[in-house]
Amino acid sequence: MQNNEYAAELSRAGANVGGRWSAALFLARRYPLGALGAAIMTLFVLTAIFAEFLTVNDPLSTNSAMSLAPPGGDYWMGADNFGRDVYSRIVFGARISLAVGIGATSLGCFFGVALGLISGYLSGTVDLVIQRIIDIMQALPLLVLALVMSAALGPSIQNVILAIAIPLVPAVARVIRANTLALRVQPFVEAAKAVGMSDLRIALRHVLPNTLAPLIVLATAQLGSTILVEASLSFLGLGIPEPFPSWGRMLSESAAEYVRTAPWLVIFPGIAISLAVFGTNLLGDAVRDILDPRQRT
Amino acid sequence: MVSYLIRRSLLMLLTLFGISVIIFTLLRIVPGNVVDILFDAAGFVDPAEKAKIEADLGLDKSIPMQYVAWIKGMAKGDLGYSYVSEKKTLDEILPRIPITARLAVLALMFSAFIGVPLGVLSAVKQNTKLDYILRVVSLSGLSLPSFWLGILILMAFVAYTGSLPIYDATPDSFWQALLMYSVPAAAVGFRSSALLMRMKRSSMLEVMRQDYIRTARSKGATENSVNYRHALRNAMLPVVTVIGMEAAFLIGGLIVTETVFNIPGVARFLVEAIRWRDYPIVQNLVMFVAVVVVTVNFAVDMLYAVLDPRIRYSD
Repeated sequence: MQNNEYAAELSRAGANVGGRWSAALFLARRYPLGALGAAIMTLFVLTAIFAEFLTVNDPLSTNSAMSLAPPGGDYWMGADNFGRDVYSRIVFGARISLAVGIGATSLGCFFGVALGLISGYLSGTVDLVIQRIIDIMQALPLLVLALVMSAALGPSIQNVILAIAIPLVPAVARVIRANTLALRVQPFVEAAKAVGMSDLRIALRHVLPNTLAPLIVLATAQLGSTILVEASLSFLGLGIPEPFPSWGRMLSESAAEYVRTAPWLVIFPGIAISLAVFGTNLLGDAVRDILDPRQRT
Repeated sequence: MVSYLIRRSLLMLLTLFGISVIIFTLLRIVPGNVVDILFDAAGFVDPAEKAKIEADLGLDKSIPMQYVAWIKGMAKGDLGYSYVSEKKTLDEILPRIPITARLAVLALMFSAFIGVPLGVLSAVKQNTKLDYILRVVSLSGLSLPSFWLGILILMAFVAYTGSLPIYDATPDSFWQALLMYSVPAAAVGFRSSALLMRMKRSSMLEVMRQDYIRTARSKGATENSVNYRHALRNAMLPVVTVIGMEAAFLIGGLIVTETVFNIPGVARFLVEAIRWRDYPIVQNLVMFVAVVVVTVNFAVDMLYAVLDPRIRYSD
């Protein structure tokens, strides 16, 4: 599926390339901003994976002698009021941010795809009921629903993932339903019906793979917003609990109080969040351009 | 048209009913209520006193009974009392609404005045350096968390004036009030303006590919006339959608920005009430948010029919 899309894209552009690497290189040249996004994301993922090897100080260990130490030496991004190394916390924060981002996006997409597929394929009463449920979920802003859910479920990383994933469901379900509605009248679905395939098998083997492109576009676009919502929740004190180093939480601890006295506590976590979201947004735009040329701007 | 309006209103009521059930249940599946939190803070628990307070607040009844009591009260215009301040819920919520409303309107105005012209400019100058710069700027606008932007603005304030801007409930003059609201409004509106700019750019490009634009060009209309008289007007519709969608998103931005700037509006109040498990405040505020979102969506749909004569709601 994806390879076909690439091939189509490449031949459209008149490129004559074999192999994955040259294809990647070609795409990078054609979508420089997307390549930048991919580079930022790679950096982000590598930081998350190799956090232990990139840091000297433990992100959790406190050291009263270093409390609010300005950037310098081992603590080159300074230390917070407990004397914890800001750099270490940011590096380990990448792991939390990425885990919540990917976790919530995939969970939200999973439920969204299931609901959208059922709704679009079965239609009738089931469709009507699911549509009403989606209407209800969409009448609340993402952050408000996530806030209430996160407070209701209690503070833990798994609960934050769930609290962010559920509000994502309606958007995904809508897109998948619209695609399914269009696909189920296609000849290949009728052919599958004619040879006596079960509805479940048609939905999973024939309809689902064809909704993959819009799903990938949507998922990459959502990844950035899940990272932002996690940061906002943690900033408001209703997200990732202590002692885990979360970027949003680092800002809430430091915010207004330290604006004057310890600006490094405010600047670095903010840069980390913005850079990560910027990377996913750049990548998301490029992925959309490649997989869904109709939307290209 | 009339039957459409009736059906639409019934659907809106159904949505609001669904939200009331979901919020009510969500708030009550949590172990621990406000009484537990209060006693935790006090550090000791006297079971008799605890039971008495729970009975006073109606927390000893079953969840469905509590729900019925809430809806019954709502029908009579009685939204109950805040657990924390023990004031009437309505008296807690209503005075805070104008503060948030002012912020929201200013933020929407800010985003429209910045986002729409820049989006048009970006589309007209497609694939030039200016277009690339504007696109990268708008994408970074979407990537900045609005609370961080708010904190950065606070830092700038400290650097230039040596003090933090403090919310003043009784500003001396109109201009002081405007300044006081517009700084946080800009922090909220920046993100929306970036989104609006992207939408405006793509809808403008879409329109510029249409036949009637080619016709206008071929009959000798000037470039400016084509861009601004024909394309701009026809590219307005998607922008209305985005403004409608943004009204809902804006609430998220307002929540964090009011927290950063210490503004006693209704959005920050929601977070405080959630932290305190102040059910009467949270459930009524969430209902209020839902009513706003549903009404804005309805207004946007109606505005469609006005702006685009091709759209008629019949069935």
